[in-house]
This record gives sequence, structure tokens and C-alpha cells, in this order.
Amino acid sequence: MRGVSNVRHCILAALLTALCAGPAHAHLNATGLGPVYDGVLHFLTSPEDLVPVVALALLAGLRGAEFGRRTVLTLTAAWLLGSLGGLGIAEILTVNSVWSALSFMLLGGLVLTDAGLSLWILTLLAALLGAVHGVINASGVGWSGAGIFALLGVASMVFVCCVLVAAFVTQLRSHWARIAVRIAGSWIAATGMLMAGWSLHAG
Amino acid sequence: MNAVRVYPLRAAIIAIALLFAQTAYAHVGSEAAAGWLTGFMHPISGFDHVLAMIAVGLWGAQLGMPAIWVLPVAFPLVMVLGAMLGFLGVPLPGIEFGIAASAILLGVAVMLRWRPPLVVAALLVGVFAIFHGHAHGAELPPEQSAMLYSMGFVIATGLLHALGIGIGTLQRWTWGHGLLRAAGAMIAVGGVMFLSKAIA
Repeated sequence: MRGVSNVRHCILAALLTALCAGPAHAHLNATGLGPVYDGVLHFLTSPEDLVPVVALALLAGLRGAEFGRRTVLTLTAAWLLGSLGGLGIAEILTVNSVWSALSFMLLGGLVLTDAGLSLWILTLLAALLGAVHGVINASGVGWSGAGIFALLGVASMVFVCCVLVAAFVTQLRSHWARIAVRIAGSWIAATGMLMAGWSLHAG
Repeated sequence: MNAVRVYPLRAAIIAIALLFAQTAYAHVGSEAAAGWLTGFMHPISGFDHVLAMIAVGLWGAQLGMPAIWVLPVAFPLVMVLGAMLGFLGVPLPGIEFGIAASAILLGVAVMLRWRPPLVVAALLVGVFAIFHGHAHGAELPPEQSAMLYSMGFVIATGLLHALGIGIGTLQRWTWGHGLLRAAGAMIAVGGVMFLSKAIA
């Protein structure tokens, strides 16, 4: 009976929420999603930002809950601080392909080998990754309100993404599941190696 | 009761179906999508590559732990080293022969259920991966997103290995043993055909 009551409450809440819903625009090229969601989408559609964050979260998750918590907080804080620092840079920086290749190889390789990093080294890695990507994301944005909200959107998505991935991996207990995570790390490392080769070829 | 059960046959069917999936575009940047798709399609566009990569998965499944995951991890990592050689224009003689030989030897290994030490198996797979990687690297399409192309390329390679492992789990059943050995024989025959083409 309690289950049925809960379902009724959920339906009622959904209906009340629907009554308060604003207009929905398809094809948002005219209106945009707003600066916060622009930041969220920017992060989700930028593999040069997304993949290292996922790799770091996989690594932290493999090491355990304490590592996961420290990584999530350090990465997000460093990303925000880096963004603040980057706002003062007028020139638009982009994630260098060599940096991306190196970060993919390093983080992917650490996940693959299930490296037994200490908490401090992982914290340092998270701080470095967050600061560099934060600066790059914020460069050229300037001290505008929309730009700052967009950067907050990016940082919040970094937090959410890191929390979800690290938490998911932390609770994995079966041997197979942990191997699957390490294989994902090998794919990231291999991608980085291929990118490095491409950079050498192009450069 | 286990909360999660493994359905290898269903997983294999789904994996095979996914290989034939058509392109889905949903208002994406066409260049980025093209880069990813080009990279993804590259390993699965050549039947000789497909046979060898599935054979790696099959053999890994037959060998069991830890080869079941070491071989499919070793192959892409060494393959990208081969691709780097191809990018840089470093010549590698007998590439087509090496690729054909990989299908023949890996197919025979599956057919005979050959169980060498892990190091030997990994070295063998690694050597063949160099040939496959070089061929892919030398055919690098210009003006694509390096990152997205690389991601698509590696993911497709990994999925082909996963497909092989999925099919390899059929060995849990008695009839599956014979089926896997027959699959190994077919891969070897395919390799002989590619070798005859390379010689001709």
C-alpha cells in the first residue's frame, strides 16, 4: 500500500511541476540554453576536457572512497581557481594536442596499471589538471556575467562527472568490473598514443 | 540469487548488431562527427583486420585469465605504435603478408586451442598488431580531428576484441568448443585467401 501511495505522490508532484513549466523551445539557436547550460554543454562536448576528467575519476575510484572524495574536491576547486586566473587572460588559449596526448597517455596508463598512487600524488594530479584546464577554459572569456556563469556551469559539470564516475567505480567489487575499468584506461592511453603520433606527423 | 547474470550469447548478438548500425546524425558539428566516424569505421572496413582482431578476442577467451584481458589490451596499445610508424612514414616490409599471417596463425591457434605461456601469446599478438597499426597509420585521412579520429579508431578496435571475447564465451558449453575451433579454422582459411591475394 505504501508503494502505491508513493507512486500517487510522485504522479501528483510531476503534474504540479508540469503546471509550472515554462515554454520549451526546440532549435535553441536563437535563444540559447543560458550561460550555465552553455558551460555544461561545452564540457560535455569537449573530449579534450571530458576524457581526462573521466580518466582521473576512474583512477580515483579504483583507489577507493577517500581518494575519490579528495579528487572530486581538489579537481573542482582547482578548476574554479584556474578559471578565475584565466579570466584575466585576454588571448583565447586552446588545449594543445600534445598536452591532451600526454594527459591521455599518463592518466590512461595509470588506470590501466591500477597504479598505487599515494593520496598526495593523486591530489597533485587533480590540482594540476584542474588548474590547467580551468585557465584554458576561461581564457578569452573576460569578466562578463555570462562568461562567469558559463565557467560555473563547466565547473559544476566537472564536479558532477567526477562524482558519478568515481562513485560508480568505487563501489565495484567484482574482479571483472575492475578489469573493465582498467581496459577503459588502456583505450584512453592508446588514444593518447595515437594522438601523439598524429601530432608528430603533423608537426 | 545473483543480481547480475551474464548472457554471453545475447551480448554477442547485440555486439554483432551494433557493428552493422548505420550513422545517426543529430545536429552535430559535421567535421567532428566525420572525424569520429572515420576513425571508427577504419578498423572495421577491412575484413582482414576484422578477422585478426576477433581472433585475438577468441584466443584470449580460450586461454582464460589473465590472457582474456591482457591480449585485447596489448593489441591496441602496440597497434598504435605501429600506426605511429605509419604516420611517420617509417617503412615496414611485408605488411600485407604480416596481416595475412596474423589471421592464419591466430586462426590456427584458436582451432588447435594452443596454450602457450602468456608472454609468448602477448608477444605474438603484439608483433601482429604492429603490422595492422602500420597499415592503418599509412592510410591516415588528412584534415580530420586527430582526437576524435583516434578515439573512434581505438573504440572500434576494442569492440572487435570484445566481440571475439563474447563469441569466445560459447566455450562454456560443450558444443561451443567445436564451434570455436570451427571459427578458428574459418579465420585461418580467410588468412590464406588474403595471403594468396598478397602474393598475386
